[in-house]
This record gives sequence, structure tokens and C-alpha cells, in this order.
Amino acid sequence: MTTTVERPLEKVPVAPRGPRRPGRFRKHLWSYLFLVPMVLLFGGFTVWPMIASWWYGFFNWDGVGNPTDWVGFANFAEVLQAESFWRAFWHSFAFSLAAIFIEMPLALVLAILLNSSWLRFRNLYRLVLFLPVVATTAVIGIVIAILLDPAGGLVNRILLDTGLVDQPVNFLGSTSTALPTLLAIDVWKGFGITLIYWLAALQTVPKDLQEAAAIDGAGFWRALRFITLPVVTPIAIVILLLVFQRSLNTFDLVRAVTEGGPDYATDVVPTYIYRYAFDPSLQAPRYGFASAAGVVFGLLTLVVTLLQAPFLKRRLAGGKP
Amino acid sequence: MNRRFVRRNGWHLLLIPVCLVWIYPFVWMVSAAFKTPREMLIGGLSLLPDDATLDNFQRAWTTAKFSTYTANTITFSIAVVIAVLLVASTAGYALARPGLPGKKVLVGVLVATMFIPHGYTIIPTFLLVNGLGLGNGLLGAALAQAGPALVVPVLLFMGFFSGIPKELEEAARMDGAGYLRTYWRVMLPLAKPVMGTVALMNFIGAWNAFFIPLVFTLGNPDLRTLGVGMYGFYGQDTTDWTGLAAAACISVIPIVVVFLFLQRTFVEGIAGAVKS
Repeated sequence: MTTTVERPLEKVPVAPRGPRRPGRFRKHLWSYLFLVPMVLLFGGFTVWPMIASWWYGFFNWDGVGNPTDWVGFANFAEVLQAESFWRAFWHSFAFSLAAIFIEMPLALVLAILLNSSWLRFRNLYRLVLFLPVVATTAVIGIVIAILLDPAGGLVNRILLDTGLVDQPVNFLGSTSTALPTLLAIDVWKGFGITLIYWLAALQTVPKDLQEAAAIDGAGFWRALRFITLPVVTPIAIVILLLVFQRSLNTFDLVRAVTEGGPDYATDVVPTYIYRYAFDPSLQAPRYGFASAAGVVFGLLTLVVTLLQAPFLKRRLAGGKP
Repeated sequence: MNRRFVRRNGWHLLLIPVCLVWIYPFVWMVSAAFKTPREMLIGGLSLLPDDATLDNFQRAWTTAKFSTYTANTITFSIAVVIAVLLVASTAGYALARPGLPGKKVLVGVLVATMFIPHGYTIIPTFLLVNGLGLGNGLLGAALAQAGPALVVPVLLFMGFFSGIPKELEEAARMDGAGYLRTYWRVMLPLAKPVMGTVALMNFIGAWNAFFIPLVFTLGNPDLRTLGVGMYGFYGQDTTDWTGLAAAACISVIPIVVVFLFLQRTFVEGIAGAVKS
């Protein structure tokens, strides 16, 4: 403890030679007081809900009064056997796949381009590409739904006028095209954030390293392969996790634009849970079942995240010379 | 030299069309908001309305209640920002104290929750707010929004306060300032840059929030925020495209303007989240 020198300056020690633990606690009394609001708010709205979800999952409960109808693992078993749940899970996963395999690489390519100091207007381009991010998802999603409307929507008019299609395409209203359309909108909406992530990552590449490579006669591709990518890889893993988390929890877009339809073709797990817990057309909410679905979803995503980890670690190790 | 010029400027041939398509929904939204419903129905693809009208805005503002929704959104967003700023700065300050017992555990828990998916915690959150008797107000929704948004702000404040030289605090203490006074009068004013970033990020986040306001205003349509109101409007009236476009403008344009003015702070905030 080096604090002995500083102690005389502090007014706090009321019981300077008292028992060690209470003394230390009293010294930090104010600090603990300052932590109380955060502990309450964070505990109440993040930690406790995580635990409570588990607890509620064991009850057959409509939310009226306290949960009393203990059903053991019945809810969990029902979730695991429900085809509708797995369908929703697959759709949620599709959002992740689109984000990871389409959005991330495209954003990286653009980030490399926009990071080049010789490109004029690059700040303007960056701004334009980022704009969808700050627009309210539900609102801009509806605007796009109107643009895609089969009866008179702009996109279909253009497609018909140019003769690319004979019949208007019901992008969001047909079971075969609704999900891909939403995936595309989601990529468009999230692209800007991923772009900023990559740009931040590229900024960590040391300038002198690049210059040295240029002097040694390394071309663009060689510099990219042997300098940029190795430096960026560790951050790429963080970006991957962030993108994965965000895309798995897609709710706003689906709820606002298709409500999971048509015929559940775009149902994702958050809308699935929402339906069982809050949908007014349901006679009684099934909080217990919805909580169980949430827990199963949480566990599944955790497993998928952990599955990525060793794979990523190996790639990271392999990337190093 | 010439080839180099072509290679460098050739990119614009790709980038300009992409960017135009990229922001087309916004351009269309503004354009449609000023068109008459009739022109929307039969008119061509022109972006400039034949005779611009403000009827759509009026309809959205009064009939569709977007005036109420705007007020609600502002209240909700400001409540979230104040809650996050107060709670995160006090916690960050406390956690930056050297040798605070239990600090590591607390920070560990905070960071761990970032990587645990919590899309599924809405039910207990909802029941907790109802149990506190805040179920029918925007305050409950604001707390539910602020709670999970705390982690990054707490870490930002903690990092900032840890970096402030000890001498400054000791000087304040010598002058007789207590813990509270040191925090409020000396440390917090120094943290203005962090406060700006945190406020802006959370303001935009709260303005665009949908899930929490949706769940908490199910029983009370008058408390809807803009996003939820837009969803309700679309559900009722799928065909009033110009009205919807005007409503979309009311929801989106303020936040886009805020962003344009403060974009550097915002972008740096996002970038900072990755780097740390």
C-alpha cells in the first residue's frame, strides 16, 4: 500500500487504527454511495431480468399475480419442440449471416477505399453511407416498404417500365421474397456502423509501417495482405462480435414492416417472444413460455458465440507470421 | 500520370451512383411529404412536387397525433440522457478511485453483460417497471432504456476520471472541498467532452428506440414515441403515403440534423467503443 504517504492529506480516517475492513470501507463510503444508483439501475434492468427470465420460465403464467403454477421444464421442452421457434431462430440467424458475410466484407472494402487519403470527397461519402444509421429503424423501414409496394411503389414501377419484370414483385408480401428483402434493408441500415468500425480499425495501422512497405516496393495488394490485414484482425474479432449481437436482436425492422409475416416467413425470435408475451390478439399472455423461449435463445446465441471463439483464435494465430 | 488520374478518380463513377441510391429513400420521403395524395397516385417519378402542399404535415401533426409523439419522444430522450449522465458519471467517478475494494468484480460484471445476449429480458423488465408503479408513464420506459445502456458510458467516465492527475483532486481537498463538491465542481466540469459524447449517443439511441417504448405504451397510445406512432399510423392507414412520408420527415429529420451538426463526436464515440 503506497497510500500511507497520502493519508495525512485525506480528511476521512475517522477510525484510523480501527479494524482493517470497516476502516477501508469507511474510507470509501462516498464511493460506494456514488455507486448505488448505477447498481440499482443496472442491476434492476440488466442483471435481474437475466436471472428472472430463468425463474419465470418454470411457470405457466399469464402475468396476473405471482407465478404459482410450477410446471418444471415443460415450457423449455415445448420451446425446443416447437417448429415455429426453430423457424424464428433460423430467421434471426439469417440476419447474422447476412451481416457477417455480406455487410462486413463490403464495409471493409469501402472502408479501405474511404481510408485512402487521395480520394476526394471521402468525408462526404462516409456521411452519406452513415445516414441510414441515425434514422429511426421503424420509420425508415416503413418508408422503404412504401417504395417496394407492388401497387404503384417506385421500385416496381421502374422494374415494370424497364421491362425487367412482367408482373409487379410483391417484395414484402410474398413468402419467398419477404425475408431476403428485409435482410437487404437490414444490411443497408447497419452498413454505416460497420463501416465506422472498420475505419477505426484501419486507423490503428501504423503510418510508418505503410511507408516502409511502400519504400520497399510493396504494391497495394501486398501491403494489404501483409500489413493492413494482420494489424486489423484482432479488432475484426471485436467487430464480428458486435455485428453478431446487433443482427441477432433484429426486432424493430421486422415488427414495423412485416410483423413477422407473411405467414411467419420473416418471424424472428424477438418478434416470436413479443407475440407470446404482448400480442393483444392472444387471449392471455404466456409470460412463462415467452421467458423460456428467451432463455433458450440466449443459450443458443451463447453457444454460437463460443463456437466462433476457438475458430477465430486459430485464425488470429495463423494470421501472424 | 494520366493513368493514375483515371484510376483515382474512376472510383467516383462507382461511388456517386451507389450513394445516390443509398440516400434515395430519404430524398423520396422529403419529396413525397410535399406532394398531394393525387399526384402521388397518378404522378410520375419526378422528385419535385407539381404544387407543393403542407397538408400532409398538418394531417400527420394533428390528426395522426405526431405533435404528441414528438413531445413524448423529446421527453423520453431527455429523461434517458439525464439518467445515463448522472448515474454513469457518479459510478465512473467512484470506480476511478484508486484501490476501491470490489472494483474489479463490478467492472467484470459490467463488461460480461455486454457479451451476453439480452434481447430476451423484456418481460422481467416490463414486470419490474409495472411493479414500481411506473408502468403508465414515460419515466419507467426511460429507466428501462437507460439501464442496459449504462455499460459503455460508465467505462468511458471511469477511463476519463482515472486519467486526471491526482494532484488536482488533492488540491481541491486541501481547499476544503468534500467528496461531493470535488465531483460536482471540479471533476464533472472537466469531463465535458465525455459528457457530450455520452449525451449525444444516448440521445440518438433513445430517439430511435422502438422496442422499449412499444412495450411500455401498449396500454396508453397517448404516450407513444415517434417510432411507435409511425408504426401505429402505418397499421391504420397503409395507403396514405404522403401522410406517412410527412410523418417520417417529422420523426427522422430532427435527429438527422442533430447528427449532421455533431457527427464528429458521434462517429468518434462509435469508433471509441471498438477500440476500447
